[in-house]
Amino acid sequence: MSTYLLRRAGTSVIIVIGISILVFGMLHLIGGAPGRAVLGLRASPASVFAWDKTHGFNRPIAIQYLTYMNQLIHGNLGQSYKLNQSVDQVLAEHAPISAYLSGLGLFFSIIIALPVGIYQAVKRNTLGDNVITAAAFVTYSMPVFLLGLLLIQIFAITLGIFPVGAPASVSQDSSVVGAILDPRAMVLPVATLTLISVAGYSRYMRSSALDALAQDYIKAARAKGLPERLVLIRHLVRNACLPMVTLIGLSIPLLLAGNLITENVFNYPGLGIMFIDALQQEDYPVLLAYTLMGGVLTVVGNYVADIALTVADPRIRLA
Amino acid sequence: MFRDVETLPPATTDHTIAEGGEVTVIQSGWRLGLRAFAQNRLAVVGLGLLLFFVVFCFFGPIFYHGDVSVANIVNTNSPPVVGHPLGTDTEGFDVLGEIMVGGRASLEIGLLAATIATVVGTLWGTIAGLVGGVVDGLMMRVVDVILSIPLLFVILIVGAKWGSNVLNLAIIIGIFSWLVPARLVRGEVLTLRVRDFVAAARAAGAGRSRLVLRHLIPNALSVVIVNITFQVADAILLVAALGFLGFGLNYPTFDWGDTLASGTNNLLNGYWWEVYPVGVCIVLTVMAMNLIGDALRDALDVRLRRR
Repeated sequence: MSTYLLRRAGTSVIIVIGISILVFGMLHLIGGAPGRAVLGLRASPASVFAWDKTHGFNRPIAIQYLTYMNQLIHGNLGQSYKLNQSVDQVLAEHAPISAYLSGLGLFFSIIIALPVGIYQAVKRNTLGDNVITAAAFVTYSMPVFLLGLLLIQIFAITLGIFPVGAPASVSQDSSVVGAILDPRAMVLPVATLTLISVAGYSRYMRSSALDALAQDYIKAARAKGLPERLVLIRHLVRNACLPMVTLIGLSIPLLLAGNLITENVFNYPGLGIMFIDALQQEDYPVLLAYTLMGGVLTVVGNYVADIALTVADPRIRLA
Repeated sequence: MFRDVETLPPATTDHTIAEGGEVTVIQSGWRLGLRAFAQNRLAVVGLGLLLFFVVFCFFGPIFYHGDVSVANIVNTNSPPVVGHPLGTDTEGFDVLGEIMVGGRASLEIGLLAATIATVVGTLWGTIAGLVGGVVDGLMMRVVDVILSIPLLFVILIVGAKWGSNVLNLAIIIGIFSWLVPARLVRGEVLTLRVRDFVAAARAAGAGRSRLVLRHLIPNALSVVIVNITFQVADAILLVAALGFLGFGLNYPTFDWGDTLASGTNNLLNGYWWEVYPVGVCIVLTVMAMNLIGDALRDALDVRLRRR
């Protein structure tokens, strides 16, 4: 098992290096010489050229890449020229706010999707199962922003229970404390993320539980007279949850993307808003760092899910 | 990634019994698949919806002349009235007309992007699976790398720079979403090439190109076709998200996401006709594609036919 994990770690490192080359190359192609973007349209070509030269943007791309990677290894993600801040600082400012939103979203979606999926599998092809399947199908086909807008329409505009946007305190001082202190304003953003994830997770959970239900150990457990409740809790749930471990590891890019849109719908100042701001301002160092972070997180998520699965499932004995 | 299998009635193996009562006509896998597809009511609903939207968006403007090019500032944000069945928007454009024209862009991008992704992915997967060894390993690591970068980020960054018209945006989405078909096809090719009928064809003296064209690709095709429908659905959602965030097509081209984004600014004013009709169109189209995809998979992929 440890050889397998080591080999997987090796592949992961190679993939991370590949990601860095691809993302760096892509952003270099798009905004390789940021002098114009930084100095503005009125700057003279000479000063733009001089700026690019001073900041090393006229060197060969391979050298620029190696310099950037060297910085990265030393924990320096670069400098945002637009915000005049280090990218580390920009990310550190927004990351906790986003993590709070995604964390809550992920937590609730697992808490809801597990029982819903198992209920659907146990009561398969009944009215309840079909209604949930249909609801999940519609939600799954819905753009995230439309779901957010619907929730705003129903709960904020028509019923007036929850505020329309993000907590005002978060928008003002951009700190996660403001979000924690105003739970009412978090309800709709978290609900948007949760509903979208539940739609996917519960479908997955249902088919995984259906597979588990057909196994012999369930028959054996029933045959020895175990009450149905215990069959479900002891035998079904634990086995049906295994594929979910992988799924949660795989859903990190989905969470990041869902966040990006949800944050923009609710004007919630996390990494998603930061990304859109950076895109509008052509602030490439921030875009580069965040996209790299997304890629690395995905690889790490997959790897951690693999480890978790080998720990959780003793049947997996990969040499 | 989440799509699972719907439970379906088992495909009927409807042997037509000839007069003697012994000879049976064995129908081809494709025929059986099509029959299973036609028997799935949801699939027919999906197909009907898709046809409706294609006719609505591509032929609708011939019969219904909603003004979407000349701003009419004396008649802005009008609720649905006789001349404007779905009202007008902030510029005085007719919303129904906007939905038709915008839907054209959405559907075109969806179909084109899915085609590009499928062609590239099929070729990549077939080559990797056939050649094997180091080349396969290398090609699949490339897939792993691109697959690890969140798609929305990449499309936003590249699309904001170059994706201002339908063709560009479709190409951009296509060249970043061929990875799943590549993986699927490679897996298929790996299992197919050791199957008996391939060995038989080889023994009968079939050349490499005949093997690929007559035996491998037709058999791997069902996986690819099912995947196309999901690709179209995902591409339409992606374009809508881009339009909503303000990095989509440039005026005068627009898609459903753009229309929805501008309508959203008026949500608080209660101008529902600028938001929900177009929202319903997006959901129904994506749902139609997903329904067709699910049904096709159940119909074509024998291994996935449920107990």
